[in-house]
Amino acid sequence: MSTIFQRKNVIIAVILFAIAFPYLTDNTYYIHIMSLAFIWTIAVYGLNLLAGYTGYLSLAHAGFFAIGAYSIGLLTVKAGLNYWLAFILAILITSFLGLLIGLISLRTKEHFFAIYTLCVGYVIYLVIDKWDSLTGGVRGLIGIPAPANIGPISFQTPVSLYYLILFFMLLAVLVAYRIVNSLTGRTYIAIRNSEELALTMGIDTGKNKLVVFVISTAFAGVAGALYASFIRFIGPEVAYTTVVFDLLTFLLVGGIGTLTGPIVGTLLIVWISQQLQFLQDYRMLIFGPVLTLLVIFYPRGLVGGFYAWKMKREHKRAMKANSAKSSDSAIGAKDQVKEG
Amino acid sequence: MFLETKNLTKRFGGLVAVNSVDFSIEKGKINAIIGPNGAGKSTYFNLISGFYKPTSGQVIFNGQDITKLPPNKVAELGIARTFQSTNLFEQATVLDNVIIGHRLRTNSNLFDAVFRTKRLKREEKMCRDKAMEVLDFVGLTESANQLIGGITQEEKKRAAFALALATDPEIVFLDEPAAGINPDETEGLAILMKKMVDKGITVCLIEHKMSMIMKIADKIMVLNYGEKIAEGTPDEIKNNDAVIKAYLGGSAIA
Repeated sequence: MSTIFQRKNVIIAVILFAIAFPYLTDNTYYIHIMSLAFIWTIAVYGLNLLAGYTGYLSLAHAGFFAIGAYSIGLLTVKAGLNYWLAFILAILITSFLGLLIGLISLRTKEHFFAIYTLCVGYVIYLVIDKWDSLTGGVRGLIGIPAPANIGPISFQTPVSLYYLILFFMLLAVLVAYRIVNSLTGRTYIAIRNSEELALTMGIDTGKNKLVVFVISTAFAGVAGALYASFIRFIGPEVAYTTVVFDLLTFLLVGGIGTLTGPIVGTLLIVWISQQLQFLQDYRMLIFGPVLTLLVIFYPRGLVGGFYAWKMKREHKRAMKANSAKSSDSAIGAKDQVKEG
Repeated sequence: MFLETKNLTKRFGGLVAVNSVDFSIEKGKINAIIGPNGAGKSTYFNLISGFYKPTSGQVIFNGQDITKLPPNKVAELGIARTFQSTNLFEQATVLDNVIIGHRLRTNSNLFDAVFRTKRLKREEKMCRDKAMEVLDFVGLTESANQLIGGITQEEKKRAAFALALATDPEIVFLDEPAAGINPDETEGLAILMKKMVDKGITVCLIEHKMSMIMKIADKIMVLNYGEKIAEGTPDEIKNNDAVIKAYLGGSAIA
């Protein structure tokens, strides 16, 4: 029981810190970086639901991020739609395209799925880059409006925009948390563990995979739409392959298939990259080896590693308590663990 | 007729894995399928549970033709199965592994998950209760909160049974349940299978451990090179010439 309260306290403390953050610093650049990190976090949570919990690594995620960004951009700049209507439409467009692509790509599995979606992502990039008359091609899309006022609340200042993004980020975390901790989430995890077994358990794997694929693209769509109205300018490079590998790096460092992994990984890497700005692209000389080591020794990222360490410690404690009772049973249990 | 296959055939290219097998499984009994390695036993299971589509022939369950149904629909009708490798998730607890077994009897969807509806809470409790019930049935209540990775091979087999039972099946297909466990534990699993039959669940198993089969099976079918070579009670099978030939190498000419 005490651990639940502890966890609750940690969550409340983190949220309070996030709320107080703009008042702790006068540097608007920091607020800018934090807002951007939150936007990426939303996309990474989407990727995590699909890759982490269902076991389907989609490398088209940056493509869907870009579709969300370009949808809202085109709907507001070229079609002149009301901002929030365009926002909702952008998510719907992204999800709908996600549905179509999901229908085809989910016919493949494992590596083939990753390769297929990588190609899909690149095709999305090419379409954006070459369809000059619609997207503006390499020149990009300029003059995307900031989010429109909701009643008396305006989002013109960086701080108010920060809070809007924070709200969407927390919403994304909540939705992801609830999905994972439900029968639906258990269903996804069952598919990840063994699709064959899930099928014999009467789970319609095809339908479930499609639903989670669409949800994941919707997350990317929300993140993309926020990105477009936050940066106010988008170019085809938001769909480029490097973006999806950035997202994947955030997820892997934080912890794939864990609930706090996406936010931990994203914030950590974004801030470290900022601190290492002076190294320019040589940053990758540090990130590369660190990431490799992390994947080898902590396949479930920092968060997964932390939980493994915690479990080991609790296990050791239980061992000690056990050995006080009878040394025989403790040895037996140890052997069993080794076996596993 | 409870569950029967009519002329069931499966070809993989030039190989006939299952060749026009007629067999009817008797309700409320322990049915066994035996045969040398590569005889087509697992393929036969895969045909019934919907993983393979037969080249020709039919599978009839309770008067319904289920030949073309996908595995998840077959499971919904009340046909459960286990695999040779238990396929359980090692890093999760026994209970967490088994809870999903009752998912097919629930309706809550993504909407229920996001809004934490009453239906979701009710169905979560239902799945949890069902999992505890079947774990109790197979005798794993004590290990419910242990990781699959930390329990013995025999306990894993029991957990796999529990998972199959959690789907509320009428019939359970067990693919080599006693593989990789010692004679004492085999005895324990045999008792468990009898207990399942007593509860009204039909059992059909593939097994290589003859002593166990001969003791518990009510009806045996023998497959060899995809063909049914014999069918009957343990005593009839023991004295069947074709079976003896298949097992002792008489068919080496082929």
